[in-house]
Amino acid sequence: MTLAKDYKNHSRRTLVVLMEDKPGVLSNVSNMFRRRNYNIESLTVGHSETLGISRMTVVVHASDTVLEQVIKQLYKLIHVTKVTDITDDDAVIRELALIRVHAISTSRAEIKQLVDIFRAQIIDVAHDSMTIEITGTEDKVDSLVEILRPFGIKELTRTGRVAMVRGGLAVGGRG
Amino acid sequence: MKMNGAQIIWECLVREGVDIVFGITGGKVIPLYHELPGFPIHHITMRHEQAAAHAADGYARATGKVGVCVATSGPGATNLVTGLANAQMDSSPIVAITGQVASGDLGTDAFQEVDITGITMPITKHNYLITSVEDLAQAIREAFHIARTGHPGAVLLDVTVDAQMGQCEFVYPETVNLPGYKPHTRGNIRQVAQAAEMINRAKRPVLMVGRGVIVARGQDELVELAEKAQIPVATTLLGKSAIPESHPLSLGMGGMHGEAYANLAVQQADLIIGIGTRFDDRFTSAAHTFAPQAKIIHIDIDPAEIAKRVRVDLPIVGDALNVLRELVPLVQEAQHAEWIELIERWRADSREHSRYWEDGDILVPQYVVRSICELTKGDALMVSDVGQNQMWEAQYYIHNRFGGLISSGGLGTMGFALPAAIGVQMGRPECAVWVVVGDGGLQMTIQELATIVQERLPIRIALLNNGYLGMVRQWQEFFFEGNYCGTPILGPDFAKVAEAYGMTGITVCDKAQVGEALERANQIDGPVLIDFRIEQEHNVFPMVPAGRPIDEMIRRPKQG
Repeated sequence: MTLAKDYKNHSRRTLVVLMEDKPGVLSNVSNMFRRRNYNIESLTVGHSETLGISRMTVVVHASDTVLEQVIKQLYKLIHVTKVTDITDDDAVIRELALIRVHAISTSRAEIKQLVDIFRAQIIDVAHDSMTIEITGTEDKVDSLVEILRPFGIKELTRTGRVAMVRGGLAVGGRG
Repeated sequence: MKMNGAQIIWECLVREGVDIVFGITGGKVIPLYHELPGFPIHHITMRHEQAAAHAADGYARATGKVGVCVATSGPGATNLVTGLANAQMDSSPIVAITGQVASGDLGTDAFQEVDITGITMPITKHNYLITSVEDLAQAIREAFHIARTGHPGAVLLDVTVDAQMGQCEFVYPETVNLPGYKPHTRGNIRQVAQAAEMINRAKRPVLMVGRGVIVARGQDELVELAEKAQIPVATTLLGKSAIPESHPLSLGMGGMHGEAYANLAVQQADLIIGIGTRFDDRFTSAAHTFAPQAKIIHIDIDPAEIAKRVRVDLPIVGDALNVLRELVPLVQEAQHAEWIELIERWRADSREHSRYWEDGDILVPQYVVRSICELTKGDALMVSDVGQNQMWEAQYYIHNRFGGLISSGGLGTMGFALPAAIGVQMGRPECAVWVVVGDGGLQMTIQELATIVQERLPIRIALLNNGYLGMVRQWQEFFFEGNYCGTPILGPDFAKVAEAYGMTGITVCDKAQVGEALERANQIDGPVLIDFRIEQEHNVFPMVPAGRPIDEMIRRPKQG
């Protein structure tokens, strides 16, 4: 079996990657995914609880064997300090989306009702549009987007998945 | 003590044990070069930056030390790219220092500005952009540490011109603290014990050895293991010279152009012990066809190499020397008499196949390489280029000196041999250095003949001149209907070119002249180029067609 070409048995995996916050480290990571032909769905990055350490959440489509390579290749990057596969852990997974939807006087009430059902928030209103903020699982964000689509979505931005394991130890090893 | 950035760079290099650097100056390294005469470092002025990187690479391979090359910003830096990729692919520790435009001009497309850290990110082990003199010492210390430890590789330091000229208090960093970089050098004891058990149970074991054994200097332990348990040793191209090839257990090189008996042994084996090899496709061919009956033990310093291409039954992450030292005492003595006898029958058969070129007056490359081998008693440092010349060298030069072959394996960089040989000879002045190169590869870096003459290096160049980009021509002959598109090349009179550069040039057209020409070359105290006008459409046999299992090779045409 050729391992790198084992595209069967792919599934979505969530990795949490801790890395030193040095210049070029983000492009180094994304570059590695591209050149090794790994299939990433989303990648988010920001500060972690430790000063000087950034935390990245990567969603990658991979088989077990490819995932093993992804993790090893991440570790090969000098500034990467910790890689954790949290796919099978009990984790809190969230995404934030901003949705600007076409809204005129006749549709505003209906949109507001839908937004309330999703426990989302209207954060801006203009004469022909409303901007909605939603935080939740990707499924929940998907559903709201689909429900709002008939009204006319003028602009949409999603952060991609961020994740944290419930309770226990932090991925960086702190209690 | 207050020092400027340029002084700090040289001081740090001296402290890393560097006494030779290969480079070319330019606008954005003038401050760096201005300070060089104050330091005990010999600078070799190359004629092209690619050659500087190859020379540093050759130096690193020949000495086990870190090779250093220097180039200016922009085109100087981009010219290093091939050399960096080459060193990185073959795990050769080099540090490249490039000049960069002033930090205030970064990103403005200034004259000779190029984002070399961006360009080289995927082809270096690590790189640095240094814009402040205060960061220099720490970065250089880290760069050498990263280049030489773990899975060795290429590291680039891009230093802005203001960082070279700025002043600061020089404090040499005694330690390196890289929380994300901790190579495993000791194999897991339980896994080593398990490996010994697998070896003790095996009926048809084969050791598959790569350059990792040479890097780790594990040659004695390798021979000890092979002899104790009577395990034949096949090598990759870059693993050649990890074991003396006249050793009865040496099978030479396996793979696409490996000897039939080596490949048969691998394919029939019930256990493959891969050490310091990445199971490259030139050895294994299509991974699913490789060693179908064998369990595979893989010993490597780099966890990412394990299970990258082939399935592995037992991984051991560690330095080849450390792991071998722990493994040898646990392995029982064995004979494997039947297995070795079978391999010897295959070896005898291969010998029959390899005689087809021995008779006749035609000047064939095998004869040239065999003659060089006899002349130098298998003891020279051979630097081969890429293509047919490389394979003939690998097949017919019996390497008995540890680390005696230096070649571009992973990247397959034509033009590597000549500049690499400069680094090899500089690093090992006491050794005879021979270059085996084709007329295609030689013309890619031929300007370095000038460097060889300037430095008075007694390098002997055996040019296997067939007027073709021969390996591609061979593929065209075998697999593309003999359509020689883009492969015929007209060369100059190479002996005259050599003479024009100030070295001895000899032309050999007949087989009968080979011995005399080699003798003459050997006597001359200085560089020599011998232009061997070999049979033009001679092929490399055996050959495994792409994607086929390695025991389905095209054999040599049998005599008669």
